[in-house]
Parts: sequence; structure tokens; C-alpha cells
Amino acid sequence: MNKLSRISAAAALATALNFAGHASAQQKEIVIGAQCDRTGPTQIVGVVICPAQSDYFNLINSKGGLSDFTLRYNELDNEYKVPPAVEEYERQKGEGAVSMMIYGTPQTQALNQRLEADRIPGTSPGFGISAAADGMRFHYLFPIAATYWSQGAAAVKFVKDKLGGDLHGKKLAYVYYDNPAGHEPLPILEDLQKTEGFDLRTFAVPPPGVEMGAQVLDITQRYRPDFVIVHLFGRSPSVAIKEFKRAGFPLSKVAGLVWASAEADILAAGGWQVAEGYHTLQFAGAGDDYPVRQEIKAMYKSQGKEPPKEMDDTVVYNRGLLNAALHAEAVRHALEATGGKKPSGEDVKKGFEQIHDFTLGGLVPPLKVTAEDHEGGGWVKIFQVKGGKFVAETDWFRAYPEVVAAAVKKAE
Amino acid sequence: MFHRESGVFKTSYAADMALYPLPIAKWAVAAFAGLFIVGVPLTLGEYYVSILDLILIAVVGALGLNILVGYTGQISIGHGAFMSVGAYTAANLVIHLNAPFWVTIPAGGLMAALIGAIVGIPSLRIKGIYLAIATLAAQLIIEWTINHVPAISGGVQASIQVPRPSFLGVQLKTQTQLYLFLMAFAVLAIVGTSNLVRSRIGRAFIAVRDQDIAAEIIGISTFRYKLLAFAISSFYAGVTGVLYTYYLGIANYEQFQITVSIDYLAMIIIGGLGSILGSILGAAFVTLLPIVTRWFLESFGGLIFSPADLANIIPNLRLILFGGLIIFFLVVEPEGLNRLWRNIRNYFRVWPFSY
Repeated sequence: MNKLSRISAAAALATALNFAGHASAQQKEIVIGAQCDRTGPTQIVGVVICPAQSDYFNLINSKGGLSDFTLRYNELDNEYKVPPAVEEYERQKGEGAVSMMIYGTPQTQALNQRLEADRIPGTSPGFGISAAADGMRFHYLFPIAATYWSQGAAAVKFVKDKLGGDLHGKKLAYVYYDNPAGHEPLPILEDLQKTEGFDLRTFAVPPPGVEMGAQVLDITQRYRPDFVIVHLFGRSPSVAIKEFKRAGFPLSKVAGLVWASAEADILAAGGWQVAEGYHTLQFAGAGDDYPVRQEIKAMYKSQGKEPPKEMDDTVVYNRGLLNAALHAEAVRHALEATGGKKPSGEDVKKGFEQIHDFTLGGLVPPLKVTAEDHEGGGWVKIFQVKGGKFVAETDWFRAYPEVVAAAVKKAE
Repeated sequence: MFHRESGVFKTSYAADMALYPLPIAKWAVAAFAGLFIVGVPLTLGEYYVSILDLILIAVVGALGLNILVGYTGQISIGHGAFMSVGAYTAANLVIHLNAPFWVTIPAGGLMAALIGAIVGIPSLRIKGIYLAIATLAAQLIIEWTINHVPAISGGVQASIQVPRPSFLGVQLKTQTQLYLFLMAFAVLAIVGTSNLVRSRIGRAFIAVRDQDIAAEIIGISTFRYKLLAFAISSFYAGVTGVLYTYYLGIANYEQFQITVSIDYLAMIIIGGLGSILGSILGAAFVTLLPIVTRWFLESFGGLIFSPADLANIIPNLRLILFGGLIIFFLVVEPEGLNRLWRNIRNYFRVWPFSY
């Protein structure tokens, strides 16, 4: 009993400290709620993207914050489960969060109604609901980066350019993770198949996607496509790269959508030589040549620390920067509108809808977010694995906006 | 629930079966009901009510699984899938027929009961670990079906948006309104289960659990009661799925994957197999433990680690603590929190004259 009472006393003390801590620092700060998975099935992304987001807000605060407000980045881990995501959302709402970084497709869907009811904007870059690009129907949800539909359309456009500008009679293979997110680009591909006249075969990879020898053999030996689009998550992209390499299929005929495109995938597949030629779609610029990254390094140097090793995973790290930067930019717009008063969720939502030509030195695409378009245009950029790094192959581009817009409209 | 007479004074079967062995038990239950139905929503903040909401939903599901695993002794790893059956049934009824909750909740439950009874058929031939694998297969089959049949799942995203339920023309939007809504069903589930296990059916379940051949010899149709157990358990699961759907505003199959089934098994094992209070305690424990451990780490971690490290350590340490505490509680009392509570109560019953 004695031990128990000591533990409970400690817990009570902890609770008191916790409350005191929150109460004292509430005056001149704006809370950004973030869910981010450093554990659970998506931790391969989370362990890099979470520190990136945190670093960016630290950078803003180290430069004096936004019109004398500091930004408090409140990060909670939902383990890619829905009930914790709801609990954490409610907690961050209670702490006064004015915008939310959601993490995970089912979580985005589960929180959408709450965002709407509580009038707090939320972002789901590169995942979530494609139809949420329609700001007139999803008022508080901002995909903010190319949705799966835009990614699918962009991939087809890229393949078309690669294959000489005409897809008639060409054979495309679509390899996808067999879950709703994996299915999502399918309607776009099927629409484009009709107008562009290519031959499409789809190959599902059942979760967890670490075994796809059969599918790859089927593709390379039997179907023999002109180009392969892969849409995989977690560990499976590296398996795909490895298997295509083993089957002797040239990786310069394979393009990965955004979650099959990070350095970690290349390294897990066996290194840069193995993946030579592989194309990757990006919604944030890859690589190290962006001023904001140098500023973060300088910030660490000035604190006498080494820049974190997470920065080496430039693809995912830069996506974290993009997400954080867009939140900060939305808050900046909101502060302009309120004249320096603490903005509400509604203000920040309007702030998001003013984001325009905010490129962060090329890391962020030339987004134009409006009240109608919460996707900001659906821009992607394609990089190729070449000589041990990602080399930009295209500029920022968007593809078949009318096909994507029709799909957004059709999704009731 | 909390009070016991000092000895065995019962002289009739009716007295032995009574829900309230003493008049004071009735008052204790009434006080508890008052506290949770009136006191909690009036005093607690929205965040805390939202946690209670999650617990209430879990209580319904855990009770259902306990009927099957704890009372009837049939193992199921398909509980999450039965929830998704209920969830999608309700979601489809809502969007196609605009059905109100008092239609969708029983309908979701009944559909899940039907599927559950079908899945339960192998239990007539196989037992234990083999049955677990059979129900695991059901989990995967149901997941696959929902994922690949647009008529059920409503399209490629496999998710259906559902508006919040309306009661007497009022749409339940706030956490407190939803709390009362969920509380009504949790109470129904608790009362239903406590009456079920006192009835002929409940005793048949227990007989099947303890020795099914012996049960058959004394005239209990194991065929009937095993399937009935699966059906009732799945009915609870289906209702849980519908409640989830209403609470989240969406039916999504990714919310009902195998990890959910495992979580619910963890709830009833930690809480105590074959006990109602155990199901409630287990549901609360498994829902609260991650929240409490995180809270604890946030408060104390700062003393040891730097903020940047802390952000990385909290989620990982939380998982380790979660696992560690589950093992701790199971070692301290393998029969679960319910037994632990009974031990404490028995200790104080004779306190301070324990010898």
C-alpha cells in the first residue's frame, strides 16, 4: 500500500506541474496541434517528419516569432490508431490550438467532422481525402499538397512525356498497396486510360507489402509494360525497387508516387546504385539546396549542436518543413487580418486560403490556395535517382486538372 | 457491487439470483448512476468527457467479447471485423434510407450477429487455438470484402461519412450530448449482460465453457448455445461499431483492423474473464493507460531529457510502459482487475481483524 500511495502522490504532483506549466505560458503564444507518429506502422515517416516540423517552428521562434507571438508546436503520437487521434485532437483543442496537423488517412476522415464543428483548419499533406481539394464542401480540411488523384494524373502525364508524347497502345502497370489509400488513384487512372488510350493493368500488393515477387514476375515476364507506376507505403517501396532490380527490369521505367519516394526507401532497397534511374514524385522539393535548411543548420550551430541526422532524409524532412511552413504562413496571414490580435481557428482558415506564391526558396511548389481550392493546384515535381542523389527531372507541374476536378466534383 | 453481507443467509433461489443482494447495493448503484449521468457531464471539461466517450464505446465491445470468451469459453480474434459489419450496415442505412439511430443500432447489431453466427459454425468442431485461427480468418475475410466491394464500402476510399445522430429533433453534437447518448447504450449493455448471465442462457454458456461434453450430457445443446454466444457477442460488437461510426462521423474499415480485435482481447484479459465489472475496468484501463503514461512522462520527462529528445522518447517509452504495466498487472493478479478489486474488498471486509 505504501508504494502505491507514493506512486499516486507522484502522479498528483505531476498533474499539478502539468497544469501549472500550461497556464503560465499561455499569454503570447499560438498553439499548433500536431499528430505525428514516431511509433506504429508509419513510424518510418514519422521519425523524420516530426522533428522537421518541430525544427521549423523553433526556427520561426528563434527569429522572434510572428508579430511577437511565439508558436507552440504541440505534438502527440497517435500510433496510427483512430481513438487516440480523437483523444489527442480534443486535448489540443482544449489547449487552444488554432490549426491542426493531422496524420494518417483514417484519422483525417475521423477528424473531418470535428474540424468542421469546431471551426479549426486541419492539413493532410499527401494523404487523406482527395475530394477535400473542394473547399466548398470540406471547409476546414486542407490537403495543401497534391492529393492521390493529382499524383496519379501527374504520373500519367510524366509517363506520357517520357514515352514520346503519345500513350496510345502503350502498356502501363499500376502496382499498389491494397488499402483504400492504394485504391484511391484508380478512378483517375481509369479515366485517363479512356482519353489517352493506353493499356492499364493493376497489381495489388496485400499489406504489409513485403512480399511481391509474384507480382513483379507477372509484370516483368508476362505483361512487359512500357512503364510502371508504384504506389506503396512503409517498407514495401524498397521491396519493389529490389524486386524490379532482381527481375532485370530497368528502374528508369518505374515511377513511385509520393510515399514510395524517400531516401530511406532507396537505402533499404540496397543503396543508390541499386535504385539508379528510379523516378520519384515529390510534393516538396528534395535535396539540401534550400535556404531554409541552411537556416536550420545555422540555428543548430548557434546553439552549439550538430544538425540532427534526420535532415539527411531530405525528402521526408522537407515535407515536414513544408507542412510546418504552411501553418506558420497561414497564421501570419491570420495575424495580418486580425491586426496583431490572437487569431481564432476561423482566422487561420482564412489565412490558409490566402497562401499564394510562398515558395520557401523552391521547397514549396507555387501553391495558390483559395476558398474553393484547398489543394493549392496539385503540384508535383519529379526527381530521378542519379549518381547517389535525387536529381530534378521536371519543374513543378500539374497534370490533367480538368480530369481531377471532374473527379472531385463527382465524389459526392 | 460494493457491499456483501457478513455471511451466507440466503434461503431461496430467488434471493441467490438477485441483482441487489442488499438494499444498500441498490443505493450504491443509484449513487453511481447519478454521479456518471448527472455529475460527470456537469463538472468535467470537454476533453475529459471525450475520453469517457471512448471508454463507454469500449465498454460495450468488451462486454460483448467477454460473453463469448469469458462466459462461453470460445476464443475470437474477429471482434474488430464484427464491429465493421455493424458500422457499415448502419452507415449504408443512414446514407441510403436516412434511417434514425434507433433503427441503425439494432440493424447493425443484428447484421453483425448474423455474420457472427456464421463465423461461429467452426466452433462446433474446433476449440481453443484452432478456433482462434478460424476467427482470425473471418477477420481477414471481412476486412477484404469491405475493402473490395464498393456496394458495401461506398467507393474506393472504403469510408462513408455519417451525420451525427438526432434525438427528438436535436442533433447530438457536443461531447456531453454524445456522452449521454453513449451512456444510454453502455447502461443497456451492462444491464443486458448482467441479466443474461443470470438467466438460463447464461448458465448454459458457463456450462459449455467449463466442460462442453458434460454440458451436452446434461441436456444443453452445445450447437445452439455456442452459436448463440457468437451471435450475442457479435451483436454487441455490431452495436459498438455503430456507436463508433456515430461518434466519429465516419465508417472506415481501417478503424476495425486486427489490432482492434487484439486490443479488445487485452481489455477482457486484463479486466477479468467472465466478469462484467472486469469488462468495464478493462475497457477503462486499456483506454486510459496510454493517456496516463503520456501525461506522466510529459510531467516528469522534462527533468531528465531535453525537449527535442523528449518528443522522441515519450511515444516510445509509452509503448514500453504500456506493455510493462500489462505484464505487471497480469503477474500480480492473473485473473484480472476484477479479481484484484475483489481481493482488496475482501481484505477490508474483515479489516482490521484479518486473522
